[in-house]
Amino acid sequence: MTVTTPPSTFANPGSPDAKVQFKPRYDHFIGGEYVAPSSGKYFENPSPVNGKVFTEVARGNAADVDRAVEAAWRAFDSWKKTTITQRAIILNKIADRMEQNLEMLAVAETWDNGKPIREALAADVPLAIDHFRYFAGAIRAQEGSTGEIDNDTVAYHFHEPLGVVGQIIPWNFPLLMAVWKLAPALAAGNCVVLKPAEQTPASIHVFMELIQDLLPAGVLNIVNGFGVEAGAPLASHPNIRKIAFTGETTTGRLIMQMASENLIPVTLELGGKSPNVFFADVADERDDFYDKALEGFSFFNLNSGEVCTCPSRALVQQSIYDQFTADGVERVKQVKQGNPLSLDTMIGAQASNDQLEKILSYMDIGKQEGAKLLLGGDRADLGGDLTDGYYVNPTIFEGRNSMRIFQEEIFGPVLSLTSFSDYDEAIKIANDTLYGLGAGVWSRNGAQLYKAGRDIQAGRVWSNTYHQYPAGAAFGGYKQSGIGRENHKMMLDHYQQTKNLLVSYADGPMGFF
Amino acid sequence: MPDTSVSDTQQALSRVDVSPAAAAFLVELTKQHGPLMFHQSGGCCDGSSPMCYPVGFFRIGAVDVHLGDLHIDGIDPIEVYMSRSQFEYWKYTHLTIDVVAGRGAGFSVESPEGKRFLIRSRMLDDAERKAFDLI
Repeated sequence: MTVTTPPSTFANPGSPDAKVQFKPRYDHFIGGEYVAPSSGKYFENPSPVNGKVFTEVARGNAADVDRAVEAAWRAFDSWKKTTITQRAIILNKIADRMEQNLEMLAVAETWDNGKPIREALAADVPLAIDHFRYFAGAIRAQEGSTGEIDNDTVAYHFHEPLGVVGQIIPWNFPLLMAVWKLAPALAAGNCVVLKPAEQTPASIHVFMELIQDLLPAGVLNIVNGFGVEAGAPLASHPNIRKIAFTGETTTGRLIMQMASENLIPVTLELGGKSPNVFFADVADERDDFYDKALEGFSFFNLNSGEVCTCPSRALVQQSIYDQFTADGVERVKQVKQGNPLSLDTMIGAQASNDQLEKILSYMDIGKQEGAKLLLGGDRADLGGDLTDGYYVNPTIFEGRNSMRIFQEEIFGPVLSLTSFSDYDEAIKIANDTLYGLGAGVWSRNGAQLYKAGRDIQAGRVWSNTYHQYPAGAAFGGYKQSGIGRENHKMMLDHYQQTKNLLVSYADGPMGFF
Repeated sequence: MPDTSVSDTQQALSRVDVSPAAAAFLVELTKQHGPLMFHQSGGCCDGSSPMCYPVGFFRIGAVDVHLGDLHIDGIDPIEVYMSRSQFEYWKYTHLTIDVVAGRGAGFSVESPEGKRFLIRSRMLDDAERKAFDLI
């Protein structure tokens, strides 16, 4: 890999020295080629960085979904017969190609989503690359099993792919969330029809064009469009064998309702309202660990708060509350807001205008509920070319866990802060939520750290860390946060079915007839 | 269908309302899609958005609360629902369904129009709390 020194600010796509040039229009990718939408219609895609339209995207419908599902089934006949070695090689080649074009993908992701480029460069794209490599390895190492039923009877268990699967991708990590679903599905030998979010439909096509020569035609198909017009026909399609979705609870329920009609499995990741618990011993010293905990407090700003596991509820023990929160607020004040394509920008734009409006509406209800505003609380106007972008000032409210701003994932850089007296109260508040996707616990006491991690009802409890998403650590929700686990080899199970061959090696009949 | 009504009393007081802009938009959407209803979402991404569906598209269950109806001239009343567990945290607020420029909200019917429904909230006043048995 060539090491180059990146510029301090990447050029906007569309300018001559940009790392990526978007096409003026993106069609559907079906059967190994780009095809126009059956309706002939396209929708405009603005960048959250400056609010300006930079490309238009095919407006898919049920006919397009039909076409993609058919293409995927045609490809499945041969794809399912590829050896796991061949599939692993392909996944590794995809990873290599992405790595060679990391800056291009990162700039595309930032322009489509609004996230700071330093996050896209250091997290989104490298994690996506590693995800392909992880599942290339996992599928190679996976084995079936044999059971010796008796001396002459053997049960063989083989992993077989499901067939054609549907995947509906969210807009907060458009590339990484696509890869979380794609890598295990492809590794397991499935063919995919993927619908990107209509808010962020462009970067996946930069990826697709980059790697399309590496995959056989029809193995991966992308149908763009709106949820109601393309997502629902995909989720309810009678010829898919599984549907995977990341999003919110009402659509999660609707997808399960649709899947129930087809009797197919679902995996759902539906977000949460993650507690981040700071026990008093965090402040025993003013050392590197204290510094790390303050970073943990500030992590609600990652990806502008648009993360399903945003640590958006900070629970701080009363005995350290005043000093720790004062230090935490100071730390958050250092978060640099600016052009998402500048390397020193720490918080970028919200992904869409309506997301911005929603965040502002929550700031309003927070104030009405009587929460005390410690920082921010309003929209940010960055001026110049960015004046129409969707920016919010990092915000901290102090209040009670029963308030709506403590119970709903605002999906913005908004922290709801409260205190607890002792261990039991910490766990009670942490678990007083409908959701259970992520949580954080901070303590110098290993026993307390372990106990709290086990007592918090969440699928992922970061312990003395937060917001790490390595392949190999299972990720998924308790309670209303979803069904299934991603990011781990167990995800292969979600994309496979078990074939049992029950074989008799006995010489004679069983003796019944 | 289970009885999911929050309260049949005090018809004059309602937990839900609709902004003039959203009302006019709902008239247009009804022409395209037929009678509509709302289910308030939770969770991440497009969570906390009111999802607008043709009646019958989304199956309301015993876990849901019927918050009230939106009364708009020229179209059938639009029922508004939320899951009961979520309602426990929302019950002290009055909700007004508004519309803003936007893009995408799950399978909600408005997103192809370049608009998106949005909840505006205010705390219930004393008379409303009393009417809804909250004090």
